[in-house]
Amino acid sequence: MEFEAVIGLEVHAQLKTESKIFCACSAKFGADPNENTCPVCTGMPGVLPVLNRKAVEYTIRTALATSCEVQRKSVFARKNYFYPDLPKAYQISQYELPIALGGHIDIEADGGTKRIGITRIHMEEDAGKLVHEGEFAGAQASLADLNRCSVPLMEIVSEPDMRTPEEAGAYLRRLHDVLVYLEVCDGNMEEGSFRCDANVSVRPKGQKEFGTKAELKNMNSFRNVEKALEYEIRRQVETIEDGGRVVQETRLWDANAGVTVSMRRKEEAHDYRYFPDPDLLPLVVEDSWVEELRGTIPELPGEKVARLEREYGLPKYDAGILASSRALADFFEASAAIFKGAPKTTANECVHWKDAILAGKLTPETIAHAVEDRENGTISATASKKLVEAVLDTGKPFRRLRDEKGLTQVSDASALDAVVDKVLAASPKEVESYRGGKTGLLSFFVGQVMKESRGKANPKIVQEVLKKKLG
Amino acid sequence: MAITREETLQVARLARLALTDAEADLLREQLGKLLDYMKQLDRLDTRDVVPTSHAVEMGTPFREDAVRPFGDKEAILKNAPDRAGDFFRVPRIIED
Repeated sequence: MEFEAVIGLEVHAQLKTESKIFCACSAKFGADPNENTCPVCTGMPGVLPVLNRKAVEYTIRTALATSCEVQRKSVFARKNYFYPDLPKAYQISQYELPIALGGHIDIEADGGTKRIGITRIHMEEDAGKLVHEGEFAGAQASLADLNRCSVPLMEIVSEPDMRTPEEAGAYLRRLHDVLVYLEVCDGNMEEGSFRCDANVSVRPKGQKEFGTKAELKNMNSFRNVEKALEYEIRRQVETIEDGGRVVQETRLWDANAGVTVSMRRKEEAHDYRYFPDPDLLPLVVEDSWVEELRGTIPELPGEKVARLEREYGLPKYDAGILASSRALADFFEASAAIFKGAPKTTANECVHWKDAILAGKLTPETIAHAVEDRENGTISATASKKLVEAVLDTGKPFRRLRDEKGLTQVSDASALDAVVDKVLAASPKEVESYRGGKTGLLSFFVGQVMKESRGKANPKIVQEVLKKKLG
Repeated sequence: MAITREETLQVARLARLALTDAEADLLREQLGKLLDYMKQLDRLDTRDVVPTSHAVEMGTPFREDAVRPFGDKEAILKNAPDRAGDFFRVPRIIED
């Protein structure tokens, strides 16, 4: 029997605000333990949470960029459970009335475009962090650091629209790029700014009803999400083929072992008893605010890829790499505006020097000059590469280095005559063989001329001169 | 009675309350009375009434996104029954 998988994803993205969602503590990662805490985020009696306007703004921007309906009124609710990383014993979240509903993201799949639905986006606060004291196996206690308590998050829940791990990976990468473009999330997966849980089930192909799903957690990279899904789909199919039944449960991805492991939690742990938080009035969003924010949405990755293909004649693959970073795409466009003659070569150079560009070590002029000088034959491809490296080392302008190092190549045929004559005179045997029909020797002569000219001859012109003299 | 003994014990478990048999019986009776009292509301037709989450008709106020450190970590940590350096020390968590 042939099976197909049904995958839905829940993404928790940390909003890039300065302060926490309900208090004025810093939301920055990496402070000393419990440095960023106050009576509000540690749940002292008598305190009141007050909502961070920027966190709402960032969530609305995300909702607009994913074509969601922003809700005029949404309500914060308490999700109740006991855990040492949650000092209030409830997490403030949104439940029945989230801030945004019903959007979508388009991904590339099987050579076409596939639309993945977004069920909802809601706002919530993060919990603290627990570390184990001493060696894991012998640990007697856990240590709680509440710096992360109340850091603003948005949870983005997809429809179960994905059918393969690749589609899930494509959705996550696209969503990630959209959030980074919007500058609402730094997208750092290692620091936990962008986390993903996956719901996955399998069913016989053609069946309408969903199978029983498992929830996968603990995947901290795109690749791990894909690998965990691949493993889990295979596990579920094998379970059914062996006559067993898939049980609904949460499973943890163990990246080292490459398997998912059941998290035997007690049933009662899931009775969260949500109710509206009496400390927070409903979140009311005026239409005028939404419209104002709509005007701040930049060109998004999908639109940018399409425009780069159209305007510069780039292949989709190249356009995709450039658009994976807003800064890189901007850099490319700036370079391509300075030298308009060869956008495809400019794109290749931007991809090649991507790390240096994103580190702010190169200017668009450098790449534009490198491409222009190469295209008009002033320098060779090798010299171009050497010169960009020299720019990185010295910080001097490209063309000054080019002239200082004398790396311009000789493209004047008459200037190459003498060198070519010298090479031909030194290899009478090869000249004879060539004239006898071994035309493959041409590259040998080109090599000799290049050597003789210490790399300065333009190989294209050298070929022409050689052919004329040997013919 | 509006609430079973099992439900009473479940609610107590969720609230981390350890009840004696006598306490469980007493709470079951009291909770039952509360629930019966609330049942009077069932007589009203609320089909077209939007659920009320708050008593005042206004939106939540906002604060601007500015950091203002509390600046007294000791005051926060002082509440810890046990601490290790600047961490709260809690019984070992086995889950996860």
